[in-house]
Amino acid sequence: MIDALLVLFGVLGALSRYSLSLIIHVPYHFPLATLIINLLGCFILAFVTRFLIWIPRVSPKLVAVFGTGFVGSFTTFSTFSLESFALIQSNHYLEAAIYLLLSGFGGLAASALGFRLSKILLIKQRRRLRHAD
Amino acid sequence: MLINYLMVALGAAFGVLARFSLSNWIKRRWSHDFPLPTFIINVSGSLALGLITGLGIGVHASLLLGTGFMGAYTTFSTFTMESVSLNRRKKKRVFYSYLISSYVLGIAAVFLGTSLGAATRSLLGM
Repeated sequence: MIDALLVLFGVLGALSRYSLSLIIHVPYHFPLATLIINLLGCFILAFVTRFLIWIPRVSPKLVAVFGTGFVGSFTTFSTFSLESFALIQSNHYLEAAIYLLLSGFGGLAASALGFRLSKILLIKQRRRLRHAD
Repeated sequence: MLINYLMVALGAAFGVLARFSLSNWIKRRWSHDFPLPTFIINVSGSLALGLITGLGIGVHASLLLGTGFMGAYTTFSTFTMESVSLNRRKKKRVFYSYLISSYVLGIAAVFLGTSLGAATRSLLGM
């Protein structure tokens, strides 16, 4: 059951990535699609693991499978490495440096944003529950 | 067009299973702070994607093995989450060594892969 869900989420994650990469216009020599996909994925993973996990009636196992399956397959490290290498090989050093820095620091910032949003929503929810008592 | 999506879906189904199985297998044998499972997965996936690119296989095969399998096998989000976790637990040295070694070896693996792929291609007279 878990394996079937994992595969289903993984396939949906990869198809979302592929569809987005077809839609996002790529400016000259800059892998914008992968950057957006990876940053979005970092934000979503931080959010689901810190927020959804605390919501009653949402199975923690389901959240874990969604994170590993969907978000894990949605984001990609191999394409990121390939694109970085292609930029370096074609002497686009500035673009390569910008791509590496935006992916690295941007990913950390996107995760932090996901954690922050989870915290705000959880505090709000707790307050609402207290009022309901 | 539909065939392209089918290729990506099929590759991804095996890619996600490969990541999950290999990651669990390594986790059972590794107890240090350094996130070795994701590190091995991302570097080996970069090597394989480089090889695929260097070999210059067709569009459909590339969607199946590259975009589908390697795309789903490797992961950027887990890599980042593990880095954040190391940073929060004040494991500064492991944090920096994980980030730097993943980036440097990932790109080096692509270089090795494309070179090997291109060499094989010319050797076979493709």
